[in-house]
Amino acid sequence: MSLLTDPRWGEALAHLPDYLGNHVRVSLAALALGLIVSLPLAILTRNRPAPRGVLLALASIVQTVPGLALLALFYPLLLAAASVTLAWFGVSFSAFGFLPAMLALALYSMLPVLRNGITGLNGIDPALLEAAKGVGMTARQSLVIVELPLALPVMMAGIRTAAVWVIGTATLSTPIGQTSLGNYIFAGLQTQNWVFVLFGCFASALLALAVDQLLGLIESGLRNRSRLRAGLGGVGLAALVIATLVPSMGRSSSSYAVGAKTFAEQYVLSALMKERLEAAGLPATTRSGLGSNVIFEALKAGDIDLYVDYSGTLWANQLHRTDIKPRAELLSELRTALAKDNITLLGELGFENAYALVMPRKRAEAFHIRTIADLAAHASTMSIAGDYEFFSRPEWAALQQAYGLAFRAQRQMQPDFMYAAVASGEVDVIAGYTSDGLIAKYDLVTLDDPRHAIPPYDAILLLAPKRAGDARLQAALKPLLGKIDIATMREANLRASGNDANSSPDAVAMWLWEKIHRQ
Amino acid sequence: MLSKPAISYRHVTKNFGPVVAVDDVSLDIAEGEFVAVVGGSGSGKTTLLRLTNRLIEANGGTITVEGEDIGTVDHVALRRRIGYVFQSGGLFPHLSVADNIGITPKLLAVPAPEIAARVDELLVLVRLDRSAHRDRLPEALSGGQRQRVGVARALAARPRIVLMDEPFGALDPLTRDALGEDFRELHRKLGLTTVMITHDMTEAILLADRIAVMRSGKLLAQGTPAELARSGDAYVLELLRTPRRQVERLNALLPQDGPA
Repeated sequence: MSLLTDPRWGEALAHLPDYLGNHVRVSLAALALGLIVSLPLAILTRNRPAPRGVLLALASIVQTVPGLALLALFYPLLLAAASVTLAWFGVSFSAFGFLPAMLALALYSMLPVLRNGITGLNGIDPALLEAAKGVGMTARQSLVIVELPLALPVMMAGIRTAAVWVIGTATLSTPIGQTSLGNYIFAGLQTQNWVFVLFGCFASALLALAVDQLLGLIESGLRNRSRLRAGLGGVGLAALVIATLVPSMGRSSSSYAVGAKTFAEQYVLSALMKERLEAAGLPATTRSGLGSNVIFEALKAGDIDLYVDYSGTLWANQLHRTDIKPRAELLSELRTALAKDNITLLGELGFENAYALVMPRKRAEAFHIRTIADLAAHASTMSIAGDYEFFSRPEWAALQQAYGLAFRAQRQMQPDFMYAAVASGEVDVIAGYTSDGLIAKYDLVTLDDPRHAIPPYDAILLLAPKRAGDARLQAALKPLLGKIDIATMREANLRASGNDANSSPDAVAMWLWEKIHRQ
Repeated sequence: MLSKPAISYRHVTKNFGPVVAVDDVSLDIAEGEFVAVVGGSGSGKTTLLRLTNRLIEANGGTITVEGEDIGTVDHVALRRRIGYVFQSGGLFPHLSVADNIGITPKLLAVPAPEIAARVDELLVLVRLDRSAHRDRLPEALSGGQRQRVGVARALAARPRIVLMDEPFGALDPLTRDALGEDFRELHRKLGLTTVMITHDMTEAILLADRIAVMRSGKLLAQGTPAELARSGDAYVLELLRTPRRQVERLNALLPQDGPA
């Protein structure tokens, strides 16, 4: 199938009004806030070198923080602020999505606006400032009649830079729950859907380019004192904003929001749940690409209605437990703990996505290795690879302790490359994920864990507090519980990692439902 | 001095850090008088002018304008009733000629039609073609035209006093001569009191009623050209010698009754 007739273009296009509208909305709000804060600061500090230096230094420091980290930082910050306002004033607000994204982006936009504002105002010929005084202007009149109009071209150039930065960086607000054009990119990277990645990149680049050119038109209009050009730019900008915002407005906010984390399995499962809800006549949308730390809080706050998490993850991250219990006990304790937050653990899907030590079937058979205990005897001559966090996780410490594992070497790798690396013999063992489709593809085996060093990671379906008594929702989801076994999920994940039209989350979800349904 | 002074400086001192720019200057300028303050760069002549409408504040002494101590009046109101012509025009580059000229009346909240009429009147007064220049930006004008706009702007709010900071210094000799003559005529016709800063003694002699000579912040001498010529100060005499020598050389070099 040629790239141009790929049906995923159509799928991407169908998301455009929603993603683009939200992208423009958050960028616009951030830019407006950034301007409202920065311009007065630039004006106030224009003749005061000391506070001006401090301000510019602070803005520069903000700029050095990577955009993704800055956005991620605002989430816990706002969460803490929300709990403070709840305790003091009895009002809370959502620390999810729009607000943290807008605040972080506004902060990001401040440096170019401040720097150019101050440069523009300081660059005015002192003779003109004296002339303004001499003809009888007050300080305020001098600012409004002379200084601001003369500094405007330089200030506009700063605003232009800020606009491009904000539009570009807004793609990174997807993991904190703000829908943006980044949804294409995050989803595409995780599911190897290059059509989505390209679409997202092009769309945000085009948007930035269009806004930059229109602002440039206004800027040149102001520079050459051409009302026509400035007006044309202004009208163009307004038209662009309206055109992108209107289609995404008036959407039903009463629909169910299905959350998904940032990896392929989650995209597939959220697509599956959305399809099931819609089949039951319940309107649903997906909020995908949410950070692992964000998604649980979002559910608790009711910003999303349901998602799939893993028992071991919640056990460690939400309950802060380090001990390991048998799976049934762990699940029932988890259910009780979640109930205290009014979160419903609806049930298990039937598979686990746990860490597991994985090696090629042939080698395992040659060495007669079936369990991790068997592996321990050979470990001193073998190397192991894991993802970036594995070797600092409690599972690794527990494994080493339980089996006395000591490998010759250990390496960190991008998860996508681990499986190929172990299949080709570049490393001997990897710490993979049990539901990963590549296990089947490369003919690998997961080693048994007879001493239960690794906690169970059952996929479980969670419902938000406000959906606790929602019988229609629960009825629509019930057919999924206990129906997805590990082999099915692996195959689904393998399909999702392909790079063709059948690998989109929606298509794989459809396949998955067919398979469950036939059982 | 017979009539009451329009501007009076009494023991005025101004220093910038350790540098004394104006050092104990006392000078009266009568109503209707045209006074030129002459001196080299760093003589303090421009500082003295800027003190007059409180663009800067004196460190000591008193300045009265039309009988009032300027330290006791609102500085913005003071500036609006004193015309000021800046060295190289000081026109606002983003405002049209008409908007530049009408700026002070606008600040005084004069109704727009009245300002428009006043602008037209002033364009005639400073000999600028109304249709060709009224709505242009300053960058489209020649140096001389710009300075005419500067003069018109200074006169817009009908001040009785006009301060000029080397107004014709940057112009070519012909333009400079024409503009000087034109302004001298306006000064007479409108009954202005004018203080003009210049480093050019010839210009001062040709335009002013009275000349004050400054050096290193001090007022060395003041009086009509004839009075100055009787001064015993070597620097003042040196300043006067230059135009005289030029005239003698010019007379010797140019035919007495040629077409030029």
